[in-house]
Amino acid sequence: MIAPGSEAPDFALSDQDGQQVSLADLRGKTTVLVFYPLDFSPVCTDQLNVYQEVLPELEAQGAFLYGVSVDSAFAHKAFQEHLGIGFPLLADFHPKGQVTTRYGVYNDERGHGQRALVMIGPELDVKWSHRSPSPLEIPGANLIFDALEAQ
Amino acid sequence: MHSKLSSAGAPPPAEDDHLRGDGPLVVEYADLECPYCARANLVLRDLPIRRIFRHFPVVSKHPRARVLALAAEAAALQGRFWELHDSLMDDQGHLEDPHLWARCETLGIDLDRFEHDRRSQVVAERVERDFRSGVRAGVMTTPTLFVDGVARPGLPGEDLIARLR
Repeated sequence: MIAPGSEAPDFALSDQDGQQVSLADLRGKTTVLVFYPLDFSPVCTDQLNVYQEVLPELEAQGAFLYGVSVDSAFAHKAFQEHLGIGFPLLADFHPKGQVTTRYGVYNDERGHGQRALVMIGPELDVKWSHRSPSPLEIPGANLIFDALEAQ
Repeated sequence: MHSKLSSAGAPPPAEDDHLRGDGPLVVEYADLECPYCARANLVLRDLPIRRIFRHFPVVSKHPRARVLALAAEAAALQGRFWELHDSLMDDQGHLEDPHLWARCETLGIDLDRFEHDRRSQVVAERVERDFRSGVRAGVMTTPTLFVDGVARPGLPGEDLIARLR
C-alpha cells in the first residue's frame, strides 16, 4: 500500500451526488481516505457509523473524511442515507478500482478494496497509512486520532 | 473540554461502573437499541461472570440509542440500572418516551425524578465517558466484550461462552 512520505496518487472520482472530487480539491487540509470493501455489507456499516459519531471531533482537529469503494454513486447515495452519515462517499466505479489500485489496497481476487485508511496532508503528501490485517478487523476511530496527534 | 480520543486500553473497573455477578471479569460495550446486544444479553446473563456494562450508543445507526443510554443512567440514580437494562433488552420494539414511562412505572422508578435526571449534565457526561473510553479502546461494533483485556467484537462465540461457563 502507499507509504507515508509518498506523493498522494492523483484521482478524480464522483461522490454520492455526482459531484467530482479530485486530489487537488484536498489541498490545504488534512484528509483521511477510508477504503472499505462494499456498500451495504454489515461490517462496513458499523465502521462508517462509528466514524460518523466522532466526525465533529475529527473536523475540529482539521481532518476531513471521504469513504472510497468500488460501488457506484447511486449505490453510495442510498448507502449514505441508509447509514445516516454525513461525509462523502467516492465511487471508484469506472474503471473499476483504478484509484484503489493506485493506493495499493485493491483486492484483485475479490474485486473490491481492502479495508484501509490513508491520511493525506495539506501539501497532498501521504502522512500515514494503515491496512487491516483482515477484512473482519475494522480500523478503530482511535487510530485516526493517533495519526492526527503524531503530525 | 473532552478528553482526547487517541488509543488507550479499556479502563479497569471503576467504582461507578455498572457491575453484576461474580466470576471472571467481562467488560461489555453495548448499545441498548442494538439487536445483537439483546441477543448477547440472553447469553451473558446466565454466565457466572463479573459483568460490567458500558454505553456505546451509535446514534447514526440507532436513533434512540443515546436517549436509552441516558434513561438507563437516570434509572441507575435510583438504583434500577439493571432492571431498566433488562427491560429494554427484552423488548426493543417499544422505545419511545411513553414506553419508557410505562417501564418506569412497572419497575417502581420515580417518574418526575427520572424525567429530570435523564436530561441532566451529569448523566450525559456519564454516557459520554463510556462511549469515549470505548472509542479509545478501538470499539467499532456492538457488542464488544473485553475478556482478559482482549477485545472480542460481535456476538460471543461458542469458544468464548464455553470458556466462561
